[in-house]
Amino acid sequence: MKSKIDIKNLNLFIGKQQILKNVNVQIPENKITIILGPSGCGKTTLLKSLNRLTDLYEDVKVSGEIIIDNEDILHSNQDVTAIRKKMGLLAQRPYPLPMSIFKNVAYGIRISDSENKKTIPQRVEYHLKQVNLWDEVKDRLHSPASRLSIGQQQRLCLARGLAVDPEIILADEPTSALDPISSQAIEQKFIELKEQYTVVMVTHILRQARRIADYVIFMYLGEVVECGTAEEFFSNPKEERTKAYLKGAFN
Amino acid sequence: MRFLSRKIRDKSSLFWMVISLVILLLMPILLAVGLYLKSLPILQEQSFWDLLTESDWKPMQGKFGFLPFITSSLWVTFLSIIIATPVCILTAIYLTQYAKKRVLAIMQPIIDILAGLPSVIYGVWGVLIVVPFISKTVAPFFGLQTSGYTILAGAIVLSIMVIPFILNILIEVFRTIPEELTEASLSVGATKWETIKYVLLKKAFPGIISATGLGVARAFGETIAVLMVVGNVVKVPTSVFDSGYPLPALIANNYGEMLSIPMYDSALMLAALILFGIVLLFNFLSRMAIIRSEKNQ
Repeated sequence: MKSKIDIKNLNLFIGKQQILKNVNVQIPENKITIILGPSGCGKTTLLKSLNRLTDLYEDVKVSGEIIIDNEDILHSNQDVTAIRKKMGLLAQRPYPLPMSIFKNVAYGIRISDSENKKTIPQRVEYHLKQVNLWDEVKDRLHSPASRLSIGQQQRLCLARGLAVDPEIILADEPTSALDPISSQAIEQKFIELKEQYTVVMVTHILRQARRIADYVIFMYLGEVVECGTAEEFFSNPKEERTKAYLKGAFN
Repeated sequence: MRFLSRKIRDKSSLFWMVISLVILLLMPILLAVGLYLKSLPILQEQSFWDLLTESDWKPMQGKFGFLPFITSSLWVTFLSIIIATPVCILTAIYLTQYAKKRVLAIMQPIIDILAGLPSVIYGVWGVLIVVPFISKTVAPFFGLQTSGYTILAGAIVLSIMVIPFILNILIEVFRTIPEELTEASLSVGATKWETIKYVLLKKAFPGIISATGLGVARAFGETIAVLMVVGNVVKVPTSVFDSGYPLPALIANNYGEMLSIPMYDSALMLAALILFGIVLLFNFLSRMAIIRSEKNQ
């Protein structure tokens, strides 16, 4: 198992409150890694520290290392936009940018790669096809993205993230606002995408984790309680808290 | 018994709410009708179009051309909005996107105080500071000579007065944009400024129009502070260094001192009606613009 992201001794404080407590995990390449745990346990914060969106919070202190491709992104002198571009982000609800469907997907390309203007339409088409949205929107590419259904919007947001050629996909409970059919479409997509991408997904839905996880990180109150392959984690949990959680003792 | 009285109270409270609402809705209509009836005499004697486009104002001779007043009002208002809006947008962006939360918490009461200051204070400030500044510094810089009582002075004073109103709305507009939208833009590799320019400003656009529209309506109707610094000369202004005579100043300066000049009273009422109509028109236009731009997001 080749690891893509290596998190070492990660501690994160917001003000005086410690959100992440000495997190040490490795996230394998080309697998779906699920960060599992009850709400408020730091799952989302861990996810957002991977692409340094935690920089946006006031009074954040981070220590430790997050190594991606041999580079510690927390202490890198590389441009933070380049680090973020490596990772596509999918949020809890779809947040399409206030522009047309086409421009939503083209947005990242236009910003980061101003040389290849001519290929933008092809790339937009490619990524919309990649998320199975092309056939539904090809006749109205220039209408506002907000007019799409919420399930379509979430797939559009995925296409927007994929358009800047990331290596990693970060997803924060990406199906929580979606209907069952749209949720299934996203899950299915993730299973296909792991061939080319490393997928990290936060969820508190145990059944979703069972369906798609290759690797599980179980968090509780800011700590990583247990992590391992999905098979091992679900059939043979080692920690008491994991066993209790898997039995449904708490959510 | 008890049940019955509670029921009656329940019903009667609703009654009073509806009454309040009806009064609120009737007010502008009554105002418009009243102004219209009062200005009927002059409208029956002279054509409305002539009144709007004539620039001769000689009440003694029965000549009432409103053009100087309308153009003065438009000049002062638009100039003030052109000054105020960019300042407000930049400040709102700084306060909501860059500054610490504490700075915003300190600024908000300051903005409210600015909004609540009586306009005569702004007027005095204009006379003491802005007018001399224009006559001694700004006008000579352009090789011009003026007393300083100019359209420009009115616009500067007015812009300071409308800034708190526009700014308050804009802060709210930028604050209600979900943070996830910023995150979405940053995560595809945009910088903070690109995110603000391409995403936040676009998202905020309907709100910016509505804030500006409110600013225009306030600026158009503002009387005392403007009257104190614009010079009040009846002439169609052709530059910002000309004096002007906006509609509200016309009404405030002359109403009650009409002597018994025929039609004077009616003419001033018509001035009020025109003011009312223009503000209504701007409200309508900005509402249309908001609806349009919201549809396109």
